[in-house]
Amino acid sequence: MQFSVLVDIRLRGGISDPAGATIERVLPVLGYEGIADVTVGKTIRFTIDAVDAEAAQAAAAELTESFLTNPVIEDADLTIETVSPGAGT
Amino acid sequence: MSVVVGVVVFPGTNCEMDAVEAVDGLGGTGRLLWHGDDDLSGVDAVIVPGGFAHGDYLRPGAIARFSPAMEAVTRFAADGGPVVGICNGFQVLTEAGLLPGALQKNSGLKFLCRPTTVRVESSNSALTVSAMVGAELSIPINHFEGNYTCDARTLQQLRDEDRIVLRYVGNPNGSIDDIAGVCNEARNVVGLMPHPERACNELLGSTDGAVLIRSLLAAAA
Repeated sequence: MQFSVLVDIRLRGGISDPAGATIERVLPVLGYEGIADVTVGKTIRFTIDAVDAEAAQAAAAELTESFLTNPVIEDADLTIETVSPGAGT
Repeated sequence: MSVVVGVVVFPGTNCEMDAVEAVDGLGGTGRLLWHGDDDLSGVDAVIVPGGFAHGDYLRPGAIARFSPAMEAVTRFAADGGPVVGICNGFQVLTEAGLLPGALQKNSGLKFLCRPTTVRVESSNSALTVSAMVGAELSIPINHFEGNYTCDARTLQQLRDEDRIVLRYVGNPNGSIDDIAGVCNEARNVVGLMPHPERACNELLGSTDGAVLIRSLLAAAA
């Protein structure tokens, strides 16, 4: 089966986020009020072949931890959806 | 025979010739090593130089650490060979797990390119063996992601084990505990954000980096 994976990566609390800070600082200048806690992260999307959703989740989690993120400074959430059922299912 | 220092070149590395020039100027022999080669050609020490390896895509050092050359560097380091990561090279070594912690973006939101003063905190490392503890060196920095961070337990361990080898005098980037450079447990792997290879010639405004490069040559001899 094929699954789509969305990896939502954000900086851990306390980690310097110049992009988020800069966006937040300019908001009042543009007339936007009451907006706080702006953070800028990144998303990575890919598809993965796996026997079932559980296997897809495990493989994507391993990839995320070992390569896509640096656990010292980043956290990530995974969203996994079925793209196509495998043959015979 | 002079000490041969291998300088690892990734796509996007841009400080390799500075490192080779500095090594050659101090009596060693700098030799470029291509990232795709799983062979260090019998060098006596390794410098992972500055630049933007693999465009810094994903994270600085994140892709470079999977290079065949880095597998060889990891084995070399495990056997006690002296390895120094400068700037992007420091980021590569943290991503590779050869050094603890990580480099986050500068706290002041800016890319920084200017001279800094660093203080030698330990002379017990491959990069500082010839330096005097307490010596203050004028060495330039050139980075956006040079703000060293690690968890509290790691920081305590670095302090307890005298593994913070260089500290900034006047912290430019927000690094925790003013850390400019750290070493591994065996003290043969050192990473630092300042560029000692750019402070080895009067023409560049400072020769204070020479004592660090000379230390590396001494550690390799």
